Amino acid sequence: MNRRELLKLIALTTGTAMIGGKSLFAFSDAGQTSQPFSSQDVERLDELAETILPRTDTPGAKDAGVGVFMALFVSDCYTPSEREVFYFGLAQLEARSRASYQLDFMALSGEQRLELITELDREAMAHAQQQARREQPTPAEALTAETQTAQNQTAENQSSQEHADSEEALPHYFTMMKQLTLFGFFTSEVGATEVLRYEAVPGRYDGCAPYNGEPAWAT
Amino acid sequence: MPDNHYDAIVVGSGISGGWAAKELTEKGLKVLLLERGRNIEHVKDYHNADKEAWDYPHRNEPTQEMIAKFPVLKRDYPLNEATMGMWADEQANPYVEEKRFDWFRGYHVGGRSLLWGRQSYRLSPTDFEANQREGIAIDWPIRYEDIAPWYDYVERFAGIAGTQEGLDILPDGEFLPPIPLNCVEEDAAKRIKEAFGGQRHLIHSRVANITQPKPEQNRVNCQYRNKCWLGCPYGAYFSTQSATLPAAVATGNLTLRPFSIVSQVLYDKDRQRARGVEVIDAETHETHEYTADVVFLNASTFNTTWILMNSATDVWEGGLGSSSGELGHNVMDHHFRCGASGDVEGYLDKYYFGRRPAGFYIPRFRNVGDEQRNYVRGFGYQGAASRQGWDREIAELNVGADLKQGLSQPGGWRIGMTGFGEMLPDHDNRISLDHSVRDKWGLPVLSINVELKQNEYDMRRDMVQDAVDLLEAAGGKNVKGDVGDYAPGMGIHEMGTARMGRDPKTSVLNSHNQVWDAPNVFVTDGACMTSSSCVNPSLTYMALTARAVEYAVEALKRGNLS
Repeated sequence: MNRRELLKLIALTTGTAMIGGKSLFAFSDAGQTSQPFSSQDVERLDELAETILPRTDTPGAKDAGVGVFMALFVSDCYTPSEREVFYFGLAQLEARSRASYQLDFMALSGEQRLELITELDREAMAHAQQQARREQPTPAEALTAETQTAQNQTAENQSSQEHADSEEALPHYFTMMKQLTLFGFFTSEVGATEVLRYEAVPGRYDGCAPYNGEPAWAT
Repeated sequence: MPDNHYDAIVVGSGISGGWAAKELTEKGLKVLLLERGRNIEHVKDYHNADKEAWDYPHRNEPTQEMIAKFPVLKRDYPLNEATMGMWADEQANPYVEEKRFDWFRGYHVGGRSLLWGRQSYRLSPTDFEANQREGIAIDWPIRYEDIAPWYDYVERFAGIAGTQEGLDILPDGEFLPPIPLNCVEEDAAKRIKEAFGGQRHLIHSRVANITQPKPEQNRVNCQYRNKCWLGCPYGAYFSTQSATLPAAVATGNLTLRPFSIVSQVLYDKDRQRARGVEVIDAETHETHEYTADVVFLNASTFNTTWILMNSATDVWEGGLGSSSGELGHNVMDHHFRCGASGDVEGYLDKYYFGRRPAGFYIPRFRNVGDEQRNYVRGFGYQGAASRQGWDREIAELNVGADLKQGLSQPGGWRIGMTGFGEMLPDHDNRISLDHSVRDKWGLPVLSINVELKQNEYDMRRDMVQDAVDLLEAAGGKNVKGDVGDYAPGMGIHEMGTARMGRDPKTSVLNSHNQVWDAPNVFVTDGACMTSSSCVNPSLTYMALTARAVEYAVEALKRGNLS
């Protein structure tokens, strides 16, 4: 099981690797203004997120305001090229919806939406698996590479290396949408306290507590 | 006495500067504590201490604006929303990277004592002897016995949680009860002990988080929120603010002056003594002089050396302490991001309660006794086991209600760790002044030229392979080695550049941390380190500082410093 294939979220000992932010893709070309999301875009993102994490007997993505969060995160944290992929994805959502159902995404039935999103998920997964095969050096390769690059490693060629990485390593747009949905939902107050469990001030540590099917800890 | 005169001046208010201020004021000296950045008052100014993940607009991830403002910090985890305002402004404080060097600086009262990892280990007798035995660099001028009572002393005050293990390579200390291991880690410890014939040990990490209250210091024991980096409202981890500063203030002998950039030590060449320091007010840009009988430089490794390089340049072109030819040289860090992780089967009826600011530690086992690898020295591992959360893949679940349900339950257990390796002192690894680049106050900046050498690269191969072997022995499945992005500095353990030694021709400081060329100037931060060991260094700075203060005050009484 390679967790990077789906989410590239947390590597156990090496911290988070979100898209945007300080991931390998995060070369800095800020300063360009981001294209704002329209309220229709946010509604669309809400519906998309709700399809991924629907309300059941516990709250869903819309209850947690995931659409607004996604729009903010993409606007502020994504690089321009990552944002482009995301905008392209939003347009694709419409195009795919019309091609398959002759309907706007918002007009799809719940079943149709789930069907479309499942298909996109499969495509995104295949894209990520292909990338993972290309990108992942073995530890031995990484150790050899670090001795070789060290000779001429300056801050400048380090950042140009990051730039080169970013061009070919852009993820599938649906990977972005799914990652942001999960991240936005489970780190929200609703997700963390009503779907997961959260204890603000535990006051003690028990490293061997019995477990009987309760929700997971939020952090 | 003019009002700009003090008995002692301490430059820098981080871990070692806080200790210098505490010890000097408690011995009755009037002390001026200078800090280049703003003040942060204990509890009152910990603005994020009670925030939750959802209180941050981007849930603690950096924005492109933050990335643009912090081109160095962005290279690793310290760039996040929660600690914004706790790192040096990179535009106002540039430096030159001849080779990539990740310098993560905390310019405020408390310095990186508010941001540190809190892992607290003693150097071992071996660490103090290795340079001499192997003919590397120069010999430490002290031995473990010289510092051991001072480790006792600072551990008792700071409060270190840990266990007595009886290991030569990692001396025991004066510990509070440990922060517990979880059940997977407990069993991993037993399996490792068995698999390696009692030669390798998985133990509780030793951390400066108190597990019993210290009412005399107004500190409450750890509440297991794991939010140390936001400033602890309980004072449960050791920082300048929670521990040393209140002690110094309580004496009535302390004057704290924030926004005070020390531009040089004022050197009296006739007396061959420092007479004080020159300060640039960071806000007004005005210059002030403060005089004192003794000066402690605790400005953080590189900035302490920067001050020395800027001082007494009319006597020595390279600055105070440069007569040795070693000022600015022998930069060390701990190289890391080589480790492994894997799955642990079973234990699905077990979970944990609370969030530990700690994990486990595996002390150095390489090149111990008669073993000789293709490199010298060694490394230790820091790690933890935990159950996976919502951020995992569930292969059979893609989208929809089942996915939400699946991710709301804890997943299986994982165990992982990363090595922290010793870096040898090498004369070629150096910092120097670059007068062509100036900071916001018109001061020349540091140029950094540091790289790993063959010994570290050879060690890193073992750091990965041994991690895999250990975790497999511990019961891990699908264990995979990993090598993450590392550049010198990323360990945030800068050491060296003004090393201690026995000979003024090859060292900057003597065995009591006095600058050979100005005996009333003491350097007790990371700059003084003659070798780096592989253990986290802060506890050693505390001990060396307390030791040096006692020596300084006795010498002052005898009139030996004037």
